[in-house]
Amino acid sequence: MSDVQSVTDVVAVVLLLLGAFLCLTAGLGLVRFPDVLTRMHAGTKPQVLGVLLIMIGAAFRLQGWSATWMLLLVAVFQMLTAPVSAHMISRVAYRRRHVRRDRLLVDELRTGEAADRLYRGDEPADAPPEEPATALLENRRDEGTLPSS
Amino acid sequence: MTVVSWLAYGLLGTGALLALVRLGLGPSLLDRVVATDTLLVIIAAGLAVHAGLQRDPTVVPVLVVVSLLAFVGSVSVARYIGGMLIASTGDGQDVGLPEAAEERTARSLEVDR
Repeated sequence: MSDVQSVTDVVAVVLLLLGAFLCLTAGLGLVRFPDVLTRMHAGTKPQVLGVLLIMIGAAFRLQGWSATWMLLLVAVFQMLTAPVSAHMISRVAYRRRHVRRDRLLVDELRTGEAADRLYRGDEPADAPPEEPATALLENRRDEGTLPSS
Repeated sequence: MTVVSWLAYGLLGTGALLALVRLGLGPSLLDRVVATDTLLVIIAAGLAVHAGLQRDPTVVPVLVVVSLLAFVGSVSVARYIGGMLIASTGDGQDVGLPEAAEERTARSLEVDR
């Protein structure tokens, strides 16, 4: 009995250490990777696999079904919500030009060849343009799609 | 067991510290959102590691709250930034927004090289 107990303990500890190691890799990737999408790629490693491993390890160590169900709830919730938040963040990142497009191999969202001509000044990355209506008008005029008015 | 707990907390703490570095450095708001998300996940993982190593089930409800909080926080900030979008130019991107700061610095570095 005690032998089986120690084997489950060893498995649980190995799972916990693997999950902790994934958290370390997430931190490393967050610091070293170049743009938002690659940082999300690094940061979501512990969000799914790390949390799953740590929950399984903790469920091995904790006796009692209530803790197990609650850990299962956390794991299921993480797996449901991680895609949603990742989708929203990456969509906003693409539309707000936080993506290193020169590093992309395939860019399926880019339909036209409208260039990033406007606003190359020293604005912070999150600043809105000074005159949104003027910017839109200039861009349409450059593309020749200005309605005649 | 002491070695294991030191190792696990060391790995988690280093990961959290690096996420904090990105949270401070991050050139854009979205980098900080991603870093905060990762930081909350690491905090939840640390709580679960504590619960597992000490056989202490009292912190398990906190895990549920922390994972809920991470989701709500990142989604609300993403929606807030998305609300600042103006119009699309047809290339799927927003009009009149500046080039990302990291893209600019990386391009200048590549030119210098």
